[in-house]
Amino acid sequence: MNFIFLLIGLLLVIVLFQIFRSSEILGAATKKTSKLFEDGNNRYNAILGVIFLIGLIFSIFWYAIKEYKNYNLPIASEHAPDVELLFWVTMAITMSVFVVTQIVMFYFGYKYQYQEDRIAEYYTENNKLEIIWTIIPAIVLTVLIGWGLYKWNEVTGPAPADSEVIELVGYQFAWASRYPGDDNKLGSYNYKLTDVENIVGIDFSDSASLDDFMPREIHIPKGKPVLLKIRARDVIHSVYLPYFRAQMNAVPGMPTQLWFIPTKTTQEMREEMGNDNFNYEIICNKICGRAHFSMKQNLIVEEEWEYIKWKKSQDSWIKKNPDYFANFLKNNANDLAVLNNDYERN
Amino acid sequence: MKETKLYEEKVVDAHEEHHEQSFIRKYIFSEDHKTIAKQFLITGIFWAIIGGAFSFLFRIQLGFPNVDLTSLSPIIGNWLTPQGKIDPEVYLALITMHGTIMVFFVLTAGLSGTFLNFLIPLQLGARDMASGFLNMFSYWFFFLSSVIMLTSIFVEGGPASGGWTVYPPLSALPQAVSGSGLGMTLWLVSMSFFVVSALLGALNYITTVINLRTEGMTFFRMPLTIWAFLITAILGVLSFPVLLSAALLLIMDRTFGTSFYLSDIYIAGEALSNQGGSAILFQHLFWFLGHPEVYIVILPSLGIASEVIATCSRKPIFGYKAMVYSLIGIGILSFVVWAHHMFISGMNPFLGSVFTILTLIIAVPSAIKSFNYIATLWRGNIIFTPAMLFSIGLVSFFISGGVTGLFLGNSVIDINLHDTYFVVAHFHIVMGSASFFGLFSGVYHWFPKMFGRMMNRNLGYVHFWFTFIGAYLVFFPLHYIGIAGFPRRYYSFTNFEAGKIESFMDLNVFVTIAAGITFAAQFIFLFNFFYSIYRGRKASQNPWKSNTLEWTTPVNPGHGNWPGKIPKVERWAYDYSKPGAKEDFIPQNVPYSKTPESNLPEDEHH
Ligand code: HEM
Ligand SMILES: [Cu+2]
Ligand SMILES: [Cu+2]
Repeated sequence: MNFIFLLIGLLLVIVLFQIFRSSEILGAATKKTSKLFEDGNNRYNAILGVIFLIGLIFSIFWYAIKEYKNYNLPIASEHAPDVELLFWVTMAITMSVFVVTQIVMFYFGYKYQYQEDRIAEYYTENNKLEIIWTIIPAIVLTVLIGWGLYKWNEVTGPAPADSEVIELVGYQFAWASRYPGDDNKLGSYNYKLTDVENIVGIDFSDSASLDDFMPREIHIPKGKPVLLKIRARDVIHSVYLPYFRAQMNAVPGMPTQLWFIPTKTTQEMREEMGNDNFNYEIICNKICGRAHFSMKQNLIVEEEWEYIKWKKSQDSWIKKNPDYFANFLKNNANDLAVLNNDYERN
Repeated sequence: MKETKLYEEKVVDAHEEHHEQSFIRKYIFSEDHKTIAKQFLITGIFWAIIGGAFSFLFRIQLGFPNVDLTSLSPIIGNWLTPQGKIDPEVYLALITMHGTIMVFFVLTAGLSGTFLNFLIPLQLGARDMASGFLNMFSYWFFFLSSVIMLTSIFVEGGPASGGWTVYPPLSALPQAVSGSGLGMTLWLVSMSFFVVSALLGALNYITTVINLRTEGMTFFRMPLTIWAFLITAILGVLSFPVLLSAALLLIMDRTFGTSFYLSDIYIAGEALSNQGGSAILFQHLFWFLGHPEVYIVILPSLGIASEVIATCSRKPIFGYKAMVYSLIGIGILSFVVWAHHMFISGMNPFLGSVFTILTLIIAVPSAIKSFNYIATLWRGNIIFTPAMLFSIGLVSFFISGGVTGLFLGNSVIDINLHDTYFVVAHFHIVMGSASFFGLFSGVYHWFPKMFGRMMNRNLGYVHFWFTFIGAYLVFFPLHYIGIAGFPRRYYSFTNFEAGKIESFMDLNVFVTIAAGITFAAQFIFLFNFFYSIYRGRKASQNPWKSNTLEWTTPVNPGHGNWPGKIPKVERWAYDYSKPGAKEDFIPQNVPYSKTPESNLPEDEHH
């Protein structure tokens, strides 16, 4: 195997050397002529340009069509189809521009290759032409921008009031989630309270924290708006949800958020993709250190009734970590008498 | 133009005084813009080899994740895991260095340093830069910056590894990644010197263009190369200081415990005391440089292409004025689009809307430029020199990479494409490849002026076709995996959602092989370049029959560029194939009085 590579390498070097020498010799022979080029290479280069052009356009479209299913992820959120449409309209426009300009360019290269007896046309400007190719892109762009911004405002606008609110905290190198519990209110937090057990720094002096729960897997209901309240603990991460066409950075010290409406349960997606192991994932998409590439978290989309059932089955964080909470109470005994009552009731 | 004359005489005198320059003054601490240009070029080539080699290394990791690299351990021993694989943190360090090197050291210093230095005095008819002394410093600050960056690759903990954009807190906290230790400190120090170098250079370029144009060289007679260089330099002066301040604040956060970028952080089992800082403040500052920077990278190449395409089509550039106004338009707009890199950073979505509008506006002047290049080819008499091929390649890339900007600039589409391989494809084509092709084009075209010899044409052709096809094969497929949602800066995709990775493994293998071949083909260029410096065919005075002033100097211009008086400029630079003219070109220093047969009524405007 190595031998073959060596042989090929050697052959290449010899060929290159011959190419190199041929032009050195030719160059020396025709040194005195005033011609701008000494051999027939002009023609070869023009022809190669055309062959290249055909190859380029053919292979781009061939792959794009053949692998369409593969690179075009199915959509699983409500806003995504519109955005996807805009994406493909932009694609159609840009690909037309791309194809036409490349064809024209390499065609000109071929058609107007140097001939000694011809003289180029002294053509310095054409205001009409310039105006046309200023105005047309401007109009097309205005449409794309208008459409894009309309959707952008919708997607980034305030989440509906009935959204399921879930807190998502990124840290090196995993995601933690916290649900508000029965009171539908996430308790407050303070990064200074963070430690190995209380990994997102829940502040239990806020009574809304008491019923919050932190599941191992993230579940969300289909057909209901889901609002992710996003935080980062250490460095910037990014919540990337390719199937929902959603993404938002997680920034330490600056809470962010993102909302969407899932339209397909995990099960439905598995059937659609013919893959029983399929899972939605939250993947980290902002460089965050050594294990950035493996920072992900499964996300399960289920029917609303399943989701409600699942939520009911979850124990609150303090129930799962009674020692931690007992300690907390001891350390804060005096000012927490009120809370204590709350806890007993729970 | 009286001042020019005064200056001219002074320099001529100085020139005669120390005719016999010592070796050190002539080749090392030289104040001659031509020597400084070559210093930048050679240093840039050195960096390009390193940056390219790094990319090949991490491409191996992406294409052949299971390959055992133990046989490379004599060179990269401590970068490997015991299994002979590249370590994940080393991977991040490699991409960070690759990006930093390519963007700043090759395509900013290498490209601008070479061609702005070399061509501004020669094409304007000046004996040297406004200040040769500062110009020398510009190179040596770059050299210092290079030495520091190179050193950082070998220090404990490795070089910076937070990506070339070095976003804090990752880059601010040594606990976060080992590259954020000493390596990051050196990165910041190196970049600070780099900014000094860039500023010294840019101020010099601007001053020279404004003050040292020869008699008759009005602004609207300047070749488009000079216009592009001028705008590049202005962008540099206005934006690089902002990078410096971003770096200084980061240095303070790292060493003096300030909280410019840091707030509410719990890391390595400890809650840090920093509060009130803003992580995205850094992003604003960084991209306030960063976006103009991508134009600093591409504009010189577009300028080079204007000159080469006109000369080799034997035609005036189409729409000279429109080209100038587009350049100015791009220059101005490039300052108000930076936050399109931050649509999903958490900044206010309304801000995102504003930047979407501004970003898509910048597409208009860019489109105009592309159309004008193509229109210049129309009814030309095209000679495919290697330089011409590379310029055509540049236009091809500028379009194919530019159109994908319409996706990324439209905020709602960018949500799903941000930080994926789609972005990698976009900027490698529009900025990396296009700008690199301008660099190659310029080297092939002005080699005879730089070294008095010709490069080998045939090797130039082979180099071009390998590189052109290669670059498309390497970068175009990345669009598909980007659309499929593959994040960039990922060491491996095996931990990714099942099924997806296998489907693109073949594409990744393909890209890696193409990258290897393309990288190898660059050695054809290197051979051609260094061989031709010493053994290339002797060049004639004006080998491409070009109009601009540099071709009126002797084949090997000495200190001061023109032995006698500086030529006076009588016309614009694009009188190619003028009807009635004796030859198909009329150099800029030929007065209209000598060409009655070809003068046109509208010539007064030129
Ligand atoms: C030799 C040919 C090249 C190859 C094969 C190559 C390949 C790559 C790849 C695959 C990445 C993404 C790595 C990742 O995200 O994990 C990358 C990143 C990058 N490349 Fe290149 N590249 C090449 C040349 C260039 C050039 C000419 C430029 C100049 C603009 C450039 C600038 C960058 C930048 C700025 C990044 C981003 C680094 C980061 O994420 O911080 N590359 N390159
Ligand atoms: Cu990450
Ligand atoms: Cu930008």
